[in-house]
Amino acid sequence: MRSVHFEPEEILETVKMVQMENLDIRTITMGISLRDCAHPDLAQSAQRAYEKICRYAERLVSVGDQLQSEYGIPIINRRISVTPIALVAESSAADDYVAMAQALDRAAVAVGVNFIGGFSALVHKGLTPGDRKLIDSLPQALAVTERVCASINVASTRAGINMSAVSRMGEIILECASATAHRDGLGCAKLVVFCNAVEDNPFMAGAFHGIGEPECVINVGVSGPGAVLSAVRRAPEADLGELAAIIKRTAFKITRMGELIGRRASERLGIPFGIVDLSLAPTPAQGDSVAQILEAMGLERVGTHGSTAALAMLNDAVKKGGAMASSHVGGLSGAFIPVSEDIGMIEAAQAGTLTLDKLEAMTCVCSVGLDMIAVPGDTPATTLAAIIADEAAIGMINRKTTAVRIIPAPGKTVGDWVEFGGLLGRAPVMAVHRQSSQDFVRRGGRIPAPIQALNN
Amino acid sequence: MSERSNRIIVTVVGHDRTGIIAETSRVLADAGANIVDISQTLLGEFFVMILLADMTHAAIGLDALKLQLRGKAAQLGLRIDAQHEDVFKFMHRV
Repeated sequence: MRSVHFEPEEILETVKMVQMENLDIRTITMGISLRDCAHPDLAQSAQRAYEKICRYAERLVSVGDQLQSEYGIPIINRRISVTPIALVAESSAADDYVAMAQALDRAAVAVGVNFIGGFSALVHKGLTPGDRKLIDSLPQALAVTERVCASINVASTRAGINMSAVSRMGEIILECASATAHRDGLGCAKLVVFCNAVEDNPFMAGAFHGIGEPECVINVGVSGPGAVLSAVRRAPEADLGELAAIIKRTAFKITRMGELIGRRASERLGIPFGIVDLSLAPTPAQGDSVAQILEAMGLERVGTHGSTAALAMLNDAVKKGGAMASSHVGGLSGAFIPVSEDIGMIEAAQAGTLTLDKLEAMTCVCSVGLDMIAVPGDTPATTLAAIIADEAAIGMINRKTTAVRIIPAPGKTVGDWVEFGGLLGRAPVMAVHRQSSQDFVRRGGRIPAPIQALNN
Repeated sequence: MSERSNRIIVTVVGHDRTGIIAETSRVLADAGANIVDISQTLLGEFFVMILLADMTHAAIGLDALKLQLRGKAAQLGLRIDAQHEDVFKFMHRV
Protein backbone atom coordinates (compact mmCIF):
# COMPACT_ATOMS: atom_id res chain seq x y z
CA MET A 1 0.00 0.00 0.00
CA ARG A 2 2.94 2.30 -0.73
CA SER A 3 1.08 5.05 -2.48
CA VAL A 4 -0.94 5.97 0.59
CA HIS A 5 1.44 4.94 3.36
CA PHE A 6 -1.24 3.97 5.82
CA GLU A 7 -1.23 0.86 7.92
CA PRO A 8 -4.49 -1.09 7.93
CA GLU A 9 -4.68 -0.52 11.70
CA GLU A 10 -4.61 3.23 11.15
CA ILE A 11 -7.34 3.11 8.56
CA LEU A 12 -9.54 0.95 10.72
CA GLU A 13 -8.96 3.13 13.77
CA THR A 14 -10.26 6.17 11.90
CA VAL A 15 -13.26 4.31 10.53
CA LYS A 16 -14.06 3.04 14.01
CA MET A 17 -13.78 6.46 15.63
CA VAL A 18 -16.29 7.92 13.22
CA GLN A 19 -18.66 4.98 12.88
CA MET A 20 -18.74 3.65 16.42
CA GLU A 21 -17.37 6.23 18.83
CA ASN A 22 -19.35 9.33 17.89
CA LEU A 23 -16.30 11.26 16.67
CA ASP A 24 -17.67 14.40 15.14
CA ILE A 25 -17.07 18.06 14.62
CA ARG A 26 -19.32 19.64 17.20
CA THR A 27 -19.59 23.01 15.54
CA ILE A 28 -18.41 25.26 12.77
CA THR A 29 -19.01 28.72 14.14
CA MET A 30 -18.75 31.82 12.00
CA GLY A 31 -17.82 34.94 13.93
CA ILE A 32 -19.18 38.13 12.39
CA SER A 33 -18.39 41.68 13.47
CA LEU A 34 -21.46 43.87 13.78
CA ARG A 35 -19.49 46.94 14.82
CA ASP A 36 -20.53 48.73 11.63
CA CYS A 37 -24.22 48.08 12.32
CA ALA A 38 -24.67 50.70 15.01
CA HIS A 39 -27.36 53.32 14.29
CA PRO A 40 -29.29 55.89 16.34
CA ASP A 41 -32.48 54.04 15.42
CA LEU A 42 -32.45 50.49 16.86
CA ALA A 43 -34.80 49.18 14.17
CA GLN A 44 -32.32 50.28 11.50
CA SER A 45 -29.41 48.90 13.47
CA ALA A 46 -31.24 45.56 13.76
CA GLN A 47 -31.99 45.57 10.03
CA ARG A 48 -28.32 46.20 9.24
CA ALA A 49 -27.29 43.36 11.52
CA TYR A 50 -29.84 41.04 9.94
CA GLU A 51 -28.68 41.83 6.42
CA LYS A 52 -25.01 41.52 7.26
CA ILE A 53 -25.42 38.15 8.97
CA CYS A 54 -27.47 36.82 6.07
CA ARG A 55 -24.88 38.05 3.59
CA TYR A 56 -21.83 36.58 5.36
CA ALA A 57 -23.41 33.33 6.51
CA GLU A 58 -25.45 32.59 3.40
CA ARG A 59 -23.31 29.57 2.48
CA LEU A 60 -22.28 28.46 5.98
CA VAL A 61 -24.81 25.66 6.22
CA SER A 62 -24.40 24.36 2.67
CA VAL A 63 -20.60 24.33 2.92
CA GLY A 64 -20.91 22.48 6.23
CA ASP A 65 -23.16 19.91 4.59
CA GLN A 66 -20.76 19.55 1.67
CA LEU A 67 -17.75 18.95 3.92
CA GLN A 68 -19.67 16.50 6.03
CA SER A 69 -20.54 14.35 3.07
CA GLU A 70 -17.16 14.68 1.38
CA TYR A 71 -15.07 13.77 4.39
CA GLY A 72 -17.55 11.46 6.03
CA ILE A 73 -17.19 13.24 9.39
CA PRO A 74 -20.48 14.36 10.93
CA ILE A 75 -20.61 18.12 11.55
CA ILE A 76 -23.31 18.50 14.17
CA ASN A 77 -23.87 22.25 14.33
CA ARG A 78 -23.35 25.34 12.23
CA ARG A 79 -23.50 28.45 14.36
CA ILE A 80 -22.84 32.15 14.38
CA SER A 81 -21.31 34.47 16.95
CA VAL A 82 -21.54 38.24 16.73
CA THR A 83 -20.05 41.32 18.40
CA PRO A 84 -21.43 41.77 21.92
CA ILE A 85 -24.74 43.44 21.19
CA ALA A 86 -24.39 45.97 24.01
CA LEU A 87 -21.60 47.57 21.93
CA VAL A 88 -23.68 47.61 18.75
CA ALA A 89 -27.00 48.75 20.18
CA GLU A 90 -25.66 51.33 22.58
CA SER A 91 -25.63 54.11 19.96
CA SER A 92 -29.39 53.83 19.68
CA ALA A 93 -31.87 55.67 21.82
CA ALA A 94 -33.95 52.55 22.45
CA ASP A 95 -34.80 51.61 26.02
CA ASP A 96 -34.45 47.89 25.47
CA TYR A 97 -32.73 45.70 22.91
CA VAL A 98 -35.34 42.98 22.43
CA ALA A 99 -35.82 44.06 18.79
CA MET A 100 -32.14 43.36 18.16
CA ALA A 101 -32.46 39.87 19.67
CA GLN A 102 -35.41 39.23 17.38
CA ALA A 103 -33.42 40.35 14.35
CA LEU A 104 -30.62 37.94 15.30
CA ASP A 105 -33.19 35.17 15.72
CA ARG A 106 -34.65 35.87 12.28
CA ALA A 107 -31.18 35.91 10.74
CA ALA A 108 -30.38 32.55 12.37
CA VAL A 109 -33.56 31.07 10.90
CA ALA A 110 -32.84 32.63 7.48
CA VAL A 111 -29.36 31.11 7.17
CA GLY A 112 -30.32 27.86 8.91
CA VAL A 113 -28.10 27.87 12.02
CA ASN A 114 -29.48 26.48 15.28
CA PHE A 115 -27.90 29.05 17.62
CA ILE A 116 -26.53 32.57 17.33
CA GLY A 117 -24.45 33.87 20.23
CA GLY A 118 -23.49 37.38 21.21
CA PHE A 119 -26.47 38.97 22.92
CA SER A 120 -23.75 39.93 25.33
CA ALA A 121 -22.15 42.59 27.48
CA LEU A 122 -18.73 42.82 29.11
CA VAL A 123 -19.20 44.41 32.51
CA HIS A 124 -16.35 43.07 34.63
CA LYS A 125 -15.39 46.55 35.74
CA GLY A 126 -18.65 48.42 35.38
CA LEU A 127 -21.75 49.06 33.31
CA THR A 128 -22.43 51.59 30.58
CA PRO A 129 -26.05 52.56 29.88
CA GLY A 130 -26.00 50.14 26.92
CA ASP A 131 -24.77 47.29 29.11
CA ARG A 132 -27.53 48.00 31.60
CA LYS A 133 -30.21 48.02 28.90
CA LEU A 134 -28.94 44.78 27.44
CA ILE A 135 -28.97 43.06 30.83
CA ASP A 136 -32.46 44.37 31.56
CA SER A 137 -33.60 43.07 28.15
CA LEU A 138 -32.41 39.50 28.80
CA PRO A 139 -35.55 37.92 30.29
CA GLN A 140 -37.78 39.05 27.45
CA ALA A 141 -35.16 38.65 24.72
CA LEU A 142 -34.53 35.03 25.69
CA ALA A 143 -38.24 34.31 26.06
CA VAL A 144 -39.35 35.64 22.66
CA THR A 145 -36.45 34.17 20.67
CA GLU A 146 -35.51 30.54 20.08
CA ARG A 147 -31.96 30.61 18.81
CA VAL A 148 -30.36 33.61 20.47
CA CYS A 149 -27.76 32.95 23.16
CA ALA A 150 -26.60 35.51 25.69
CA SER A 151 -23.56 35.94 27.87
CA ILE A 152 -22.41 38.47 30.42
CA ASN A 153 -18.80 38.75 31.56
CA VAL A 154 -18.85 39.86 35.20
CA ALA A 155 -15.27 39.24 36.27
CA SER A 156 -11.69 38.91 35.08
CA THR A 157 -8.30 38.22 36.58
CA ARG A 158 -7.18 41.75 35.70
CA ALA A 159 -10.30 43.57 36.85
CA GLY A 160 -11.61 41.50 39.74
CA ILE A 161 -15.29 40.65 40.23
CA ASN A 162 -18.03 43.20 39.64
CA MET A 163 -20.23 42.11 42.53
CA SER A 164 -22.95 44.63 41.71
CA ALA A 165 -23.28 43.01 38.28
CA VAL A 166 -23.14 39.54 39.85
CA SER A 167 -25.96 40.50 42.20
CA ARG A 168 -28.02 41.83 39.29
CA MET A 169 -27.43 38.62 37.32
CA GLY A 170 -28.88 36.60 40.19
CA GLU A 171 -32.11 38.54 39.80
CA ILE A 172 -32.01 38.37 36.00
CA ILE A 173 -31.60 34.59 36.01
CA LEU A 174 -34.72 34.27 38.16
CA GLU A 175 -36.60 36.59 35.79
CA CYS A 176 -35.43 34.57 32.78
CA ALA A 177 -36.69 31.38 34.43
CA SER A 178 -40.00 32.99 35.22
CA ALA A 179 -40.40 34.37 31.66
CA THR A 180 -39.94 30.83 30.30
CA ALA A 181 -41.63 28.99 33.18
CA HIS A 182 -43.83 26.92 30.86
CA ARG A 183 -40.64 25.44 29.37
CA ASP A 184 -38.83 24.62 32.63
CA GLY A 185 -36.94 27.92 32.54
CA LEU A 186 -35.39 27.31 29.12
CA GLY A 187 -34.32 30.97 28.89
CA CYS A 188 -31.65 30.30 31.52
CA ALA A 189 -30.14 27.53 29.39
CA LYS A 190 -29.29 30.20 26.81
CA LEU A 191 -27.58 32.55 29.28
CA VAL A 192 -23.99 32.23 30.51
CA VAL A 193 -22.35 34.37 33.20
CA PHE A 194 -18.58 34.43 32.68
CA CYS A 195 -15.33 35.24 34.36
CA ASN A 196 -12.47 35.73 31.87
CA ALA A 197 -14.72 35.18 28.83
CA VAL A 198 -12.78 34.40 25.64
CA GLU A 199 -13.30 36.22 22.37
CA ASP A 200 -13.15 33.25 20.01
CA ASN A 201 -15.23 30.58 21.71
CA PRO A 202 -17.18 28.59 19.10
CA PHE A 203 -19.37 26.79 21.67
CA MET A 204 -22.81 27.91 22.77
CA ALA A 205 -24.31 29.37 24.77
CA GLY A 206 -21.24 31.49 25.56
CA ALA A 207 -19.99 32.35 22.07
CA PHE A 208 -19.52 35.95 21.01
CA HIS A 209 -17.27 37.62 18.45
CA GLY A 210 -14.75 39.58 20.51
CA ILE A 211 -13.63 43.09 19.73
CA GLY A 212 -10.08 41.94 18.89
CA GLU A 213 -11.39 39.60 16.22
CA PRO A 214 -11.35 40.26 12.46
CA GLU A 215 -14.39 41.20 10.36
CA CYS A 216 -15.36 37.57 9.91
CA VAL A 217 -13.74 34.32 11.03
CA ILE A 218 -14.32 30.56 11.11
CA ASN A 219 -13.81 28.77 14.42
CA VAL A 220 -14.25 25.07 14.94
CA GLY A 221 -15.19 23.12 18.05
CA VAL A 222 -14.25 19.45 18.08
CA SER A 223 -15.85 16.77 20.15
CA GLY A 224 -15.01 13.16 20.82
CA PRO A 225 -15.58 12.01 24.40
CA GLY A 226 -16.67 8.70 22.85
CA ALA A 227 -13.31 8.14 21.17
CA VAL A 228 -11.41 8.97 24.36
CA LEU A 229 -13.75 6.72 26.37
CA SER A 230 -13.08 3.75 24.09
CA ALA A 231 -9.33 4.35 24.24
CA VAL A 232 -9.41 4.47 28.05
CA ARG A 233 -11.57 1.35 28.25
CA ARG A 234 -9.09 -0.52 26.08
CA ALA A 235 -6.36 0.12 28.65
CA PRO A 236 -7.65 -1.17 32.02
CA GLU A 237 -4.15 -2.09 33.20
CA ALA A 238 -2.33 1.09 32.15
CA ASP A 239 -0.88 3.23 34.92
CA LEU A 240 -1.88 6.89 34.94
CA GLY A 241 1.19 8.07 33.07
CA GLU A 242 0.50 5.59 30.29
CA LEU A 243 -3.17 6.49 30.35
CA ALA A 244 -2.32 10.18 29.94
CA ALA A 245 -0.26 9.29 26.87
CA ILE A 246 -3.17 7.29 25.42
CA ILE A 247 -5.54 10.22 25.95
CA LYS A 248 -3.04 12.62 24.37
CA ARG A 249 -2.76 10.48 21.26
CA THR A 250 -6.52 10.23 20.93
CA ALA A 251 -6.99 13.97 21.48
CA PHE A 252 -4.41 14.61 18.78
CA LYS A 253 -6.39 12.60 16.26
CA ILE A 254 -9.70 14.17 17.21
CA THR A 255 -8.24 17.64 16.93
CA ARG A 256 -6.72 16.92 13.53
CA MET A 257 -10.23 16.40 12.22
CA GLY A 258 -11.17 19.84 13.53
CA GLU A 259 -8.12 21.31 11.84
CA LEU A 260 -9.00 19.62 8.54
CA ILE A 261 -12.63 20.72 8.54
CA GLY A 262 -11.75 24.23 9.74
CA ARG A 263 -9.19 24.75 6.99
CA ARG A 264 -11.48 23.43 4.29
CA ALA A 265 -14.46 25.46 5.51
CA SER A 266 -12.29 28.55 5.58
CA GLU A 267 -11.07 27.97 2.01
CA ARG A 268 -14.52 27.34 0.62
CA LEU A 269 -16.14 30.27 2.34
CA GLY A 270 -13.22 32.58 1.62
CA ILE A 271 -13.09 33.55 5.29
CA PRO A 272 -10.01 33.35 7.52
CA PHE A 273 -9.62 30.35 9.81
CA GLY A 274 -9.52 31.37 13.46
CA ILE A 275 -9.02 28.55 15.93
CA VAL A 276 -9.81 24.99 16.85
CA ASP A 277 -11.33 24.72 20.29
CA LEU A 278 -9.90 21.58 21.87
CA SER A 279 -12.81 20.70 24.03
CA LEU A 280 -14.32 17.40 25.00
CA ALA A 281 -17.96 18.32 24.56
CA PRO A 282 -20.35 15.60 25.69
CA THR A 283 -23.86 15.02 24.40
CA PRO A 284 -26.72 13.16 26.05
CA ALA A 285 -25.99 10.19 23.73
CA GLN A 286 -24.83 7.00 25.42
CA GLY A 287 -21.03 6.71 25.25
CA ASP A 288 -20.51 10.40 24.42
CA SER A 289 -19.88 11.31 28.03
CA VAL A 290 -16.98 12.94 29.87
CA ALA A 291 -18.27 11.50 33.16
CA GLN A 292 -18.01 7.99 31.77
CA ILE A 293 -14.34 8.63 30.86
CA LEU A 294 -13.65 9.48 34.50
CA GLU A 295 -15.50 6.33 35.53
CA ALA A 296 -13.52 4.27 33.02
CA MET A 297 -10.38 5.68 34.64
CA GLY A 298 -11.42 3.83 37.77
CA LEU A 299 -14.03 5.81 39.67
CA GLU A 300 -17.17 3.92 40.65
CA ARG A 301 -19.23 7.03 40.01
CA VAL A 302 -18.24 10.53 38.97
CA GLY A 303 -18.42 12.92 41.90
CA THR A 304 -16.75 10.56 44.34
CA HIS A 305 -13.29 11.23 45.81
CA GLY A 306 -10.67 11.25 43.08
CA SER A 307 -12.96 12.90 40.52
CA THR A 308 -11.07 16.19 40.58
CA ALA A 309 -7.71 14.48 40.11
CA ALA A 310 -8.98 12.30 37.27
CA LEU A 311 -10.56 15.29 35.55
CA ALA A 312 -7.39 17.37 35.94
CA MET A 313 -5.38 14.69 34.21
CA LEU A 314 -7.93 14.21 31.46
CA ASN A 315 -8.19 17.94 30.81
CA ASP A 316 -4.44 18.41 30.66
CA ALA A 317 -3.87 15.40 28.42
CA VAL A 318 -6.53 16.63 25.99
CA LYS A 319 -4.80 20.00 25.75
CA LYS A 320 -1.35 18.49 25.32
CA GLY A 321 -2.50 16.18 22.54
CA GLY A 322 -4.66 18.79 20.87
CA ALA A 323 -2.15 21.64 20.97
CA MET A 324 0.22 19.65 18.75
CA ALA A 325 -2.54 18.90 16.25
CA SER A 326 -3.66 22.39 15.35
CA SER A 327 -1.92 25.47 14.06
CA HIS A 328 -4.16 27.73 16.16
CA VAL A 329 -5.77 26.62 19.36
CA GLY A 330 -8.19 28.86 21.20
CA GLY A 331 -11.66 29.18 22.58
CA LEU A 332 -12.39 27.42 25.84
CA SER A 333 -10.25 24.35 25.17
CA GLY A 334 -10.91 21.88 27.95
CA ALA A 335 -13.27 19.15 29.03
CA PHE A 336 -16.84 20.31 29.55
CA ILE A 337 -18.86 18.87 32.40
CA PRO A 338 -22.39 20.11 31.78
CA VAL A 339 -24.85 18.15 33.88
CA SER A 340 -27.89 18.00 31.62
CA GLU A 341 -25.88 17.25 28.48
CA ASP A 342 -23.88 14.28 29.77
CA ILE A 343 -25.53 10.96 30.58
CA GLY A 344 -22.91 10.03 33.19
CA MET A 345 -23.24 13.38 34.96
CA ILE A 346 -27.03 13.04 34.97
CA GLU A 347 -26.83 9.59 36.54
CA ALA A 348 -24.31 10.71 39.17
CA ALA A 349 -26.42 13.75 40.08
CA GLN A 350 -29.50 11.57 40.33
CA ALA A 351 -27.68 9.08 42.54
CA GLY A 352 -26.59 11.94 44.79
CA THR A 353 -22.87 11.24 44.29
CA LEU A 354 -22.40 14.43 42.32
CA THR A 355 -23.29 17.50 44.33
CA LEU A 356 -23.04 21.16 43.48
CA ASP A 357 -20.07 21.52 45.84
CA LYS A 358 -18.13 18.71 44.18
CA LEU A 359 -18.95 20.10 40.76
CA GLU A 360 -17.56 23.45 41.82
CA ALA A 361 -14.34 21.77 42.91
CA MET A 362 -14.11 19.96 39.59
CA THR A 363 -14.48 23.22 37.67
CA CYS A 364 -11.18 24.38 39.20
CA VAL A 365 -9.34 21.99 36.89
CA CYS A 366 -11.36 21.93 33.70
CA SER A 367 -13.35 24.04 31.32
CA VAL A 368 -15.70 25.70 31.88
CA GLY A 369 -17.79 25.96 35.01
CA LEU A 370 -21.13 25.12 36.56
CA ASP A 371 -22.87 24.31 33.32
CA MET A 372 -26.50 23.36 32.80
CA ILE A 373 -27.27 22.88 36.46
CA ALA A 374 -30.93 22.80 37.50
CA VAL A 375 -31.65 24.03 41.03
CA PRO A 376 -34.94 24.50 42.92
CA GLY A 377 -37.19 27.22 41.52
CA ASP A 378 -37.41 28.94 44.90
CA THR A 379 -33.65 29.50 45.11
CA PRO A 380 -33.19 33.16 46.14
CA ALA A 381 -31.54 35.55 43.67
CA THR A 382 -28.82 36.24 46.20
CA THR A 383 -27.95 32.53 46.40
CA LEU A 384 -27.72 32.36 42.59
CA ALA A 385 -25.49 35.43 42.73
CA ALA A 386 -23.32 33.84 45.40
CA ILE A 387 -22.92 30.70 43.26
CA ILE A 388 -21.81 32.94 40.38
CA ALA A 389 -19.42 34.79 42.69
CA ASP A 390 -17.82 31.53 43.86
CA GLU A 391 -17.31 30.35 40.30
CA ALA A 392 -15.98 33.74 39.19
CA ALA A 393 -13.53 33.69 42.10
CA ILE A 394 -12.16 30.35 40.89
CA GLY A 395 -11.65 31.78 37.41
CA MET A 396 -10.21 35.04 38.64
CA ILE A 397 -7.63 33.47 40.95
CA ASN A 398 -6.66 30.63 38.58
CA ARG A 399 -6.46 32.86 35.48
CA LYS A 400 -8.94 30.71 33.60
CA THR A 401 -12.38 31.01 32.10
CA THR A 402 -15.20 29.96 34.37
CA ALA A 403 -18.90 30.28 33.81
CA VAL A 404 -22.28 29.62 35.32
CA ARG A 405 -25.28 28.45 33.36
CA ILE A 406 -27.85 27.65 36.00
CA ILE A 407 -31.58 27.04 35.78
CA PRO A 408 -33.75 27.74 38.83
CA ALA A 409 -36.54 25.48 37.53
CA PRO A 410 -39.87 27.19 38.14
CA GLY A 411 -42.14 25.26 40.52
CA LYS A 412 -39.65 22.41 40.86
CA THR A 413 -37.62 21.11 43.73
CA VAL A 414 -34.91 18.56 44.49
CA GLY A 415 -35.82 15.21 42.93
CA ASP A 416 -37.81 16.76 40.07
CA TRP A 417 -36.50 16.89 36.52
CA VAL A 418 -36.18 19.59 33.90
CA GLU A 419 -36.49 18.61 30.24
CA PHE A 420 -35.07 20.77 27.48
CA GLY A 421 -34.68 18.14 24.79
CA GLY A 422 -32.10 17.90 22.01
CA LEU A 423 -28.51 18.84 22.80
CA LEU A 424 -29.58 20.68 25.95
CA GLY A 425 -30.81 17.42 27.43
CA ARG A 426 -32.48 16.84 30.79
CA ALA A 427 -31.32 17.21 34.36
CA PRO A 428 -32.36 16.38 37.90
CA VAL A 429 -32.89 19.39 40.16
CA MET A 430 -29.89 19.58 42.51
CA ALA A 431 -29.84 20.88 46.06
CA VAL A 432 -28.33 24.23 47.01
CA HIS A 433 -27.36 25.32 50.52
CA ARG A 434 -30.32 26.91 52.24
CA GLN A 435 -28.24 29.23 54.43
CA SER A 436 -28.37 32.82 53.18
CA SER A 437 -25.61 34.64 51.31
CA GLN A 438 -27.75 37.73 51.06
CA ASP A 439 -25.78 40.15 53.20
CA PHE A 440 -22.55 39.30 51.38
CA VAL A 441 -24.05 39.73 47.91
CA ARG A 442 -25.95 42.91 48.82
CA ARG A 443 -22.73 44.69 49.73
CA GLY A 444 -22.15 45.17 45.99
CA GLY A 445 -19.06 46.98 44.70
CA ARG A 446 -16.10 45.16 43.25
CA ILE A 447 -13.88 42.43 44.59
CA PRO A 448 -10.41 43.81 43.73
CA ALA A 449 -8.19 42.15 41.16
CA PRO A 450 -5.95 39.55 42.76
CA ILE A 451 -2.21 39.83 43.18
CA GLN A 452 -0.44 38.01 40.36
CA ALA A 453 2.60 36.86 42.27
CA LEU A 454 3.01 34.85 45.49
CA ASN A 455 1.04 32.05 43.86
CA ASN A 456 0.04 29.75 46.68
CA MET B 1 0.30 17.00 1.31
CA SER B 2 -1.72 17.16 -1.86
CA GLU B 3 -4.45 19.57 -0.80
CA ARG B 4 -6.58 18.92 -3.84
CA SER B 5 -6.51 15.16 -4.08
CA ASN B 6 -9.79 13.59 -4.98
CA ARG B 7 -9.06 10.18 -3.65
CA ILE B 8 -11.06 8.09 -1.28
CA ILE B 9 -10.24 5.15 0.91
CA VAL B 10 -12.70 2.29 0.87
CA THR B 11 -12.53 -0.22 3.70
CA VAL B 12 -14.16 -3.61 3.60
CA VAL B 13 -14.29 -5.59 6.83
CA GLY B 14 -15.86 -8.98 7.45
CA HIS B 15 -15.40 -12.71 7.12
CA ASP B 16 -13.54 -13.79 4.01
CA ARG B 17 -15.57 -15.19 1.15
CA THR B 18 -15.36 -15.58 -2.60
CA GLY B 19 -15.91 -12.55 -4.76
CA ILE B 20 -15.40 -9.70 -2.30
CA ILE B 21 -12.82 -7.97 -4.49
CA ALA B 22 -14.81 -8.54 -7.67
CA GLU B 23 -18.08 -7.27 -6.22
CA THR B 24 -16.60 -4.20 -4.57
CA SER B 25 -14.51 -3.32 -7.63
CA ARG B 26 -17.63 -3.62 -9.77
CA VAL B 27 -19.45 -0.96 -7.72
CA LEU B 28 -16.45 1.36 -7.97
CA ALA B 29 -15.98 0.74 -11.69
CA ASP B 30 -19.65 1.38 -12.41
CA ALA B 31 -19.35 4.68 -10.55
CA GLY B 32 -16.32 5.67 -12.63
CA ALA B 33 -13.98 5.59 -9.63
CA ASN B 34 -10.52 4.39 -10.62
CA ILE B 35 -8.88 1.95 -8.22
CA VAL B 36 -5.31 3.13 -7.62
CA ASP B 37 -4.19 0.65 -5.04
CA ILE B 38 -5.56 -2.30 -3.16
CA SER B 39 -4.37 -4.27 -0.18
CA GLN B 40 -5.80 -7.00 1.95
CA THR B 41 -4.86 -8.43 5.25
CA LEU B 42 -6.20 -10.45 8.14
CA LEU B 43 -6.65 -8.61 11.42
CA GLY B 44 -7.53 -11.23 13.98
CA GLU B 45 -10.45 -13.15 12.60
CA PHE B 46 -11.45 -10.42 10.18
CA PHE B 47 -10.64 -10.03 6.55
CA VAL B 48 -9.78 -6.42 5.83
CA MET B 49 -9.51 -4.98 2.35
CA ILE B 50 -8.44 -1.41 1.75
CA LEU B 51 -8.87 0.23 -1.64
CA LEU B 52 -7.57 3.59 -2.70
CA ALA B 53 -9.71 5.03 -5.48
CA ASP B 54 -9.53 8.21 -7.51
CA MET B 55 -12.85 10.00 -7.88
CA THR B 56 -11.67 12.64 -10.38
CA HIS B 57 -13.64 11.14 -13.24
CA ALA B 58 -16.41 9.59 -11.19
CA ALA B 59 -19.91 9.91 -12.54
CA ILE B 60 -21.45 10.17 -9.06
CA GLY B 61 -20.57 11.90 -5.77
CA LEU B 62 -19.16 10.27 -2.68
CA ASP B 63 -22.57 10.26 -0.99
CA ALA B 64 -24.18 8.30 -3.81
CA LEU B 65 -21.23 5.93 -4.00
CA LYS B 66 -21.44 5.29 -0.26
CA LEU B 67 -25.09 4.34 -0.64
CA GLN B 68 -24.25 1.85 -3.35
CA LEU B 69 -21.39 0.40 -1.32
CA ARG B 70 -23.69 0.08 1.67
CA GLY B 71 -26.18 -1.83 -0.47
CA LYS B 72 -23.44 -4.14 -1.65
CA ALA B 73 -22.20 -4.59 1.93
CA ALA B 74 -25.64 -5.67 3.09
CA GLN B 75 -25.84 -8.14 0.24
CA LEU B 76 -22.42 -9.65 1.03
CA GLY B 77 -22.80 -9.52 4.83
CA LEU B 78 -19.79 -7.22 5.20
CA ARG B 79 -19.10 -3.72 6.37
CA ILE B 80 -17.97 -1.23 3.71
CA ASP B 81 -17.03 2.39 4.43
CA ALA B 82 -15.65 5.13 2.20
CA GLN B 83 -14.00 8.37 3.28
CA HIS B 84 -11.91 11.07 1.67
CA GLU B 85 -8.19 10.34 1.83
CA ASP B 86 -7.45 13.64 3.61
CA VAL B 87 -9.25 12.38 6.71
CA PHE B 88 -6.58 9.70 7.12
CA LYS B 89 -3.73 12.00 6.18
CA PHE B 90 -4.75 14.54 8.79
CA MET B 91 -5.41 12.03 11.50
CA HIS B 92 -2.27 9.96 11.17
CA ARG B 93 0.36 12.28 9.68
CA VAL B 94 1.51 15.73 10.72
